[in-house]
Amino acid sequence: MRKVNQKGWLFVLPVVILVAFNALVPMMTVVNYSVQETFGNNQFFWHGLGWFQDILRSERFHAALGRQVLFTVTILLIEVPLGIAIALAMPRKGFWVPVCLVTMALPMLIPWNVVGAMWNIFALPDIGLLGYFLNHVLGIDYNMTRDPVAAWITIIVMDVWHWTSLVVLLCYAGLVSIPDAYYQAARIDGASNWAVFRHIQLPKMKHVLTIAVLLRFMDSFNIYTEPFVLTGGGPGNSTTLLSIDLVKMALGQFDLGPAAAMSLIYFSITLLVSWLFYTLMTRHDTH
Amino acid sequence: MAKITLDGLRHSYMPDPKGPQDYALKSLDVEWQDGGAYALLGPSGCGKSTLLNIISGLLVPSQGRVLFDGRDVTALPPDRRNIAQVFQFPVIYDTMSVFDNLAFPLRNRGIEESRVTSRVHEIAEMLELTSMLKMRAANLSPDNKQKISMGRGLVREDVNVIMFDEPLTVIDPHLKWKLRSKLKELHQKVGVTMIYVTHDQTEALTFADQVVVMQEGEVVQIGTPVELFERPAHTFVGHFIGSPGMNVLPAELRDGAAWFAGHRIELEGPITPGEGRHEIGIRPEHVSLAEAGLPGRVRKVMDMGRYWIVEAIVEGSDKTRVAAMVQSDPTAVGDAVHLAFRPDQTRLYRDGRIATTRQGGNA
Repeated sequence: MRKVNQKGWLFVLPVVILVAFNALVPMMTVVNYSVQETFGNNQFFWHGLGWFQDILRSERFHAALGRQVLFTVTILLIEVPLGIAIALAMPRKGFWVPVCLVTMALPMLIPWNVVGAMWNIFALPDIGLLGYFLNHVLGIDYNMTRDPVAAWITIIVMDVWHWTSLVVLLCYAGLVSIPDAYYQAARIDGASNWAVFRHIQLPKMKHVLTIAVLLRFMDSFNIYTEPFVLTGGGPGNSTTLLSIDLVKMALGQFDLGPAAAMSLIYFSITLLVSWLFYTLMTRHDTH
Repeated sequence: MAKITLDGLRHSYMPDPKGPQDYALKSLDVEWQDGGAYALLGPSGCGKSTLLNIISGLLVPSQGRVLFDGRDVTALPPDRRNIAQVFQFPVIYDTMSVFDNLAFPLRNRGIEESRVTSRVHEIAEMLELTSMLKMRAANLSPDNKQKISMGRGLVREDVNVIMFDEPLTVIDPHLKWKLRSKLKELHQKVGVTMIYVTHDQTEALTFADQVVVMQEGEVVQIGTPVELFERPAHTFVGHFIGSPGMNVLPAELRDGAAWFAGHRIELEGPITPGEGRHEIGIRPEHVSLAEAGLPGRVRKVMDMGRYWIVEAIVEGSDKTRVAAMVQSDPTAVGDAVHLAFRPDQTRLYRDGRIATTRQGGNA
């Protein structure tokens, strides 16, 4: 029999405590709310899975989830190819490397609510630089406070502006790690530019791209601050994404039970998709 | 397949080279025969990789021409020169199978699929890769990956030359020998001109018919492995090839003879006229411990298994150590010994270059 050294637990203990207090305990309180009904006065009544059933059947949740999926899919479809393209176009060495890197990193350094506020002012139809330019110079009828399509375009452009850099920087890191010999060998083998991209650059970027897509998926699926500051979920409910809807329910209507149930469903979706994606992408690496 | 001529090659990585120190390659004229096995040997930074990249077309030389069968290819890109190159770290296309890797250069050139298949199978058979053809190349061991790199060069029938840039660096020692003999065997079978770049003398001497020894951007000697070993034309070659390298002893010329530490040293033949810094060169293999000879004191004895290396300081010299290879009866450190040099293997070098003529032989 192998003797197990029980002292190991002692070393893991601090991490266990830390994780317990910053993740498990708050999460358990949410679980607690999700299965109970309360009318205030700190009185709680057992409600079973009722809230979960309600949320899963609610049209409001379906609509918010639909908008959320549309938003996430759209920004991924734009940011990933665009990020790869920019990373490919960036210089590999020389004076312009730091210039490009800093320029790329700038949008990510701006606090999220500031990004929302910036784009709000920027896009206002009468006083914003962009809004004014579109309406009064180009003559396009653009009003993101009134027109859902304009609001959607603005949110998506804002997210692309804010986060494409992340994809760029990760892809760039993947690209610069490719030894010159690969490009030289490809030239000798007579490979076209497309073949170089398809068989050298893309495979070498696969791991960082997996991380990039994962991060962008999670962040965009959970996005709150920027669209909240930019449109507040409007006009109407047209840009009410899941998190905005959740906050409305939890803090606007103070429906703690349904809000808790929705949080857990929301969290499960994010977790499930991330896990599926990561497992699929790294399936080949183990053997 | 082609004869390769390097005509007055010079290369500098600087935009505006001033003196010779700015050149990575200083004036090179070499001719390589069709179907030969050549090695470029030299220490790191001697310009051998630069030369290789110029031949493959990855680099355009500052001056001079590269000719394949008399045709000037200096300005042609790599894919139009019909060359192949195997790099230090195995380059394989991770996502493809071994078969697709080998087929890649052919498919890029639009060769029909039936021809590709037969050619890939032929080459895989030669490299003993047949059983792996369906596997993903990424999962193979380094030596098999390096075989794939070679295979991508061999698979093209019209290839002019295959170049190897220190291809065994990442291979496990016990597989190095195997892969090296495989390479030699392939060369004999295929008959393509091969150029092998390395800083490892064993690799160069076992692979090549002709070895080009380079130092600081210059060719110091071109010769067969035996020539390089037996009669180095330069003290650098003597020192770089052989283990341990040739003894290089400071010398002076007096009365038409060479003197080391006050002792007159017999040389292989007459000294060529000239002025400069003189050195005597003799390999440890040709120094023996004898009853008479240069008196000295042993400073170090190394047991090499089948022989001993004895290092001694000759009396009257300025702490210059002379190494001798001894087959039996090694002495102990501190012993007084006499060192005998074999005259026909003792040479004089002037400013690094050989300055004696062999008696009865060619210079």
